[in-house]
Amino acid sequence: MIPLSHYLIVGALLFAISVVGIFLNRKNLVIILMAIELLLLAANMNFVAFSHYLGNLSGQVFVFFVLTVAAAEAAIGLAILIVLFRTRRSINVQDLDHLKG
Amino acid sequence: MTFLQMIFYVFAAILVVSSLLVVTVRNPVRAALFLVLAFFSAACLWLTLEAEFLAITLVLVYVGAVMVLFLFVIMMLDIDIAQMRAGFANYLPLGLIVAIIMAGELTLVMLSGEFGDAELPRPAGHSADYSNTAALGRLVYTDYVYTFELAAVILLVAIIAAISLTLRRRPETRYQAPEEQVKVRKKDRLRIVKLPRRPEKRP
Repeated sequence: MIPLSHYLIVGALLFAISVVGIFLNRKNLVIILMAIELLLLAANMNFVAFSHYLGNLSGQVFVFFVLTVAAAEAAIGLAILIVLFRTRRSINVQDLDHLKG
Repeated sequence: MTFLQMIFYVFAAILVVSSLLVVTVRNPVRAALFLVLAFFSAACLWLTLEAEFLAITLVLVYVGAVMVLFLFVIMMLDIDIAQMRAGFANYLPLGLIVAIIMAGELTLVMLSGEFGDAELPRPAGHSADYSNTAALGRLVYTDYVYTFELAAVILLVAIIAAISLTLRRRPETRYQAPEEQVKVRKKDRLRIVKLPRRPEKRP
């Protein structure tokens, strides 16, 4: 049968891919948001796998809440993106230096 | 190799390849579509873990709502792809090094023998009359009821925030003022003027 470690390795690969996605597309805010969604999916994959192998449903409840927060985050992030594009005509991360941080 | 194992490896391969394409493909619309594929294969993997409710939720909420929102925003914004891709090759070596180190470390931990078949054997599947949705619902509405309410509040805050961020009043647009329309009285709008009678002209 499939051992737990294989599910965890899939989650680890997803996590590494999404981190490298943030590295590579550091100009495009949309792709960065998508990479964050992938990152949350990797975490959720581990939650679900452990929930099944340990026979405890609490992990799945946690995934449920993570999905809720991720949906809210995506909605607010895209709203901020639209407002940003309206005022600056760009979503390039390097153009967003108004705060001089 | 059993049928379940075959399904797992096929969907895991599709998941990893499509997520690689999400972060490397040129066109953001294609990236969003590959992300849809990644979510779909992840939902199939969750089905093999007997998390039916969450798998369907992932397809409905993510593929149905969030990814459509992403596609909508990508198509609405006029993004200069060539400018966005500048510096892609510069960051590639650093990104690859970080990714390989991270994936290697995590994989070493996973393969260390704590999570193998001998230590944590795969539990036998539930019987056919077991309902994952019912079990999850029982847990959410008893032990996690306050957290559940909190999640609802978070969604409400997200709705209000997204609407109030993107709501824009244009000065040139003419709006209705219903409160003024309701308040109006006959004397505000109608003026009865008595005109003196004019003598008729006879030809």
